[in-house]
Amino acid sequence: MRVTGEGRWKALRTVSRGDVVYRAVLTGLALLLPLLLLTLAAELVTNAWPAIRRFGFGFFATSVWDPVAGRFGALPLIFGTLYSSLVAMAIAVPLALGVAIFLTEFAPRWLRRPVATLVELLAAIPSVIYGLWGIFVLLPLLRDTLWPVVRPALVWLPIFRGTFYGPSVLAGGIILAIMVLPYIAAVSREVLLAVPAAQREAALALGATRWEAVWTVVLPYGRTGIIGAVILGLGRALGETMAVTMVIGNRHEISASLVEPGYTIAAAIANEFAEAVSALHLSALFYAGLVLFVVTVAVNVIARLLIWRVARGSAAGSAAI
Amino acid sequence: MARAARSAAAPAAHAEARLATDGLTAWYGPTAGIRDVSLAFEANRVTALIGPSGCGKSTMLRCLNRMHELVPGARVEGRVLLDGHDIYAPDVSPIAVRRTVGMVFQKPTPFPTMSIAENVAAGLKVGPPISRSERDGIVEQALRRAALWDEVKDRLGDSPLALSGGQQQRLCVARTIAPEPEVILLDEPTASLDPLGSARIEELVHELKREFTVVIVTHNLQQAARVSDVTAFFYLGALIETGLTAQVFTAPVQPQTEAYVTGRFG
Amino acid sequence: MATRLTRRVIGAAMTGATYSAALLAILPLAAILVMLVMKGAGSLDWNFFTRSSVPLGETGGGFAHAIAGTLMMVGLACLIGIPIGIGIGIFLAEFGGGALGTLVRFVADVFNGTPSIVLGIFAWTWLVKPMGRFSALAGGFALAVILVPIVARTTEEMVRLVPNSLREAALALGYPRWRTSLQIVTRTAGTGIVTGCLVAMSRVAGETAPLLFTALGNQFFSLRILEPMAALPLQVYSYAIGPYDEWNRQAWAGALVLILLVLVLGLGARLATRGHQRQA
Repeated sequence: MRVTGEGRWKALRTVSRGDVVYRAVLTGLALLLPLLLLTLAAELVTNAWPAIRRFGFGFFATSVWDPVAGRFGALPLIFGTLYSSLVAMAIAVPLALGVAIFLTEFAPRWLRRPVATLVELLAAIPSVIYGLWGIFVLLPLLRDTLWPVVRPALVWLPIFRGTFYGPSVLAGGIILAIMVLPYIAAVSREVLLAVPAAQREAALALGATRWEAVWTVVLPYGRTGIIGAVILGLGRALGETMAVTMVIGNRHEISASLVEPGYTIAAAIANEFAEAVSALHLSALFYAGLVLFVVTVAVNVIARLLIWRVARGSAAGSAAI
Repeated sequence: MARAARSAAAPAAHAEARLATDGLTAWYGPTAGIRDVSLAFEANRVTALIGPSGCGKSTMLRCLNRMHELVPGARVEGRVLLDGHDIYAPDVSPIAVRRTVGMVFQKPTPFPTMSIAENVAAGLKVGPPISRSERDGIVEQALRRAALWDEVKDRLGDSPLALSGGQQQRLCVARTIAPEPEVILLDEPTASLDPLGSARIEELVHELKREFTVVIVTHNLQQAARVSDVTAFFYLGALIETGLTAQVFTAPVQPQTEAYVTGRFG
Repeated sequence: MATRLTRRVIGAAMTGATYSAALLAILPLAAILVMLVMKGAGSLDWNFFTRSSVPLGETGGGFAHAIAGTLMMVGLACLIGIPIGIGIGIFLAEFGGGALGTLVRFVADVFNGTPSIVLGIFAWTWLVKPMGRFSALAGGFALAVILVPIVARTTEEMVRLVPNSLREAALALGYPRWRTSLQIVTRTAGTGIVTGCLVAMSRVAGETAPLLFTALGNQFFSLRILEPMAALPLQVYSYAIGPYDEWNRQAWAGALVLILLVLVLGLGARLATRGHQRQA
């Protein structure tokens, strides 16, 4: 087997072209992603263009959505998207933080993995199943069981005014809250785990209770990352489609009341796209979709910048999301 | 074979050397790991490279099989001659060099997704195509030469992760010798092994020199004394002294050498 | 200055609050799973798995077309998306240190955060509009667009985990860089990569929005990729919002099958990881 003398030397003079090809192929594949993103943005703009040209920024200021007459105002959509997400955040953030703190500080060791897994499971449930449950379990529960009980106390508040038929911004917000909670909790947990133990121990050594150590030292330390987690959850909530459209009522109307139906951009596209009345209708939907795209991208970028700064190297965080 | 008249400070005659360096300097970015080293490695001998941490012995070793250049910002000046031909010549492929100069690392690294036999044959897969029976024969031979055959012959298809650290290291040796390199480099091969495992590797090194030129880096002076025929002492990137092991350890010429081998620093 | 007792009480209360939060978070999970089994299990009969939609008024219809459609389109998405995703992942791990790597990683994260309905209308512009018809191909493509960034990021992570010493050992044997990357490193990360793919598949199997105007859905059993095709989540959606009890009942059954599919894929991923960990 052994090649000797000059023969061996000749054998040394070989070039590996394989490396060049390999790198070129992989680079080509990698370039597909940015290319795809550019194409996506271009298609959205191109298809939205007739509506952009026709309505301009007035699209965001008017409320009339009349496909037959060709008048499209997306204010209710934008309002509904923001309002339902706000409700979702108000419910989900405290709960998610509570879960994250529970998992990192207070839960007994043996309980941590199971609970964390169960919370992760929430993220695995498809949106449409949340919607199904929302229609047949949550709505009746809210409308028939909960509302009659709390109505006397709350109905005088503007955000609870009106008759509660079921499909409502409140229902949308609650479902969204359940859906984004696991994401906020998971990332917050990573952020809290990244807080050096020394910080916590220093507080405890000074005589703080476990809770005080968390509240005064750990949480402030992880503040940036937690804000990032919350914004990430917001990004999710803004774009959720199926569960929302199944419980929110799908009405192009603006109302301060949570018990009134509402609409979101994603839900409107889901409902109206396949049966768009005219080319302008379709274009208006694309316009709304473009807005949703830009906003969610911006929100996600901000979130990731915040999180990356804190829990650096945790690709697990972004891979899980 | 006459070595009697050789002085402790002069390098061995090039005529007997398989491998030799000539004015070798290796850079990590702006810092030089080794400077202007000219050293010859005799055929069928074990040469030990010794010196305190950071002296450049590992850098030296990695220049011999062109592994040094894998570090970003690394550069090499000077020549490394294998049978008189410079392996750093512009038209020489480092990959081909590495098939001629094999290396065993400090930490045993069997490939986890391959069986024991496949591990040994791994180096053959990048060589000229051979038949299965040829391959099996080479695997057996390599395992025998690595003193591992008897322990694994009944479980060649098993995962190497079931082997002990010392066995894994012998597997790595088998893997390195299977493709029949000319030179074998060992970078602190017993550093992560227990004494029994280390002893078996040292026995192995003794056997290997019958067919290969062996260069071993070690921070264990006793090991160097036991195992090598020639010892080269490095300090702060320079080759201070080289000569027959017995002489370097009992009658070193340079004061730094003496200080090191008597344990005054290191 | 709060007294020691006050502080202790607050501490206990907040601890209890976090316990409650955890409970409240898990409650919907239990509620949903229980409901799915209660309302759906009873409808999982032979007809459900072998027959497709039947006209209104008739009974004995099933979700065979939807189940087949989901398997078909997820399979299509995997065919397109997994090789590309793994390739991009390897690129990011092996060559991704520079500007291009940062850009690709950023873009992958942007895609991961884009609402799937937006990706659905994108697939519509690319495959439905020019072809003039809805098709399973468009549906599969939309799912592939979701799949690729997920697989890319998990693959990158898994390949990065392979210790550098393995790379060095292969290079020292004379393996060229590309074979080291492909035959040694990627192969070692193999189980992890498979896990990432399974996780991505389970995510994609449950997506409805991107299929709404690509595959559109179909009453009939069809495996023709150039025609509209039914899918499990689509069918659950239309039957859930429909006004007929029969439909609603089947929606629950379909949802149960869907969650089982998602969980099995996810479980598969976990088992694969555990086996790998035991080996290492």
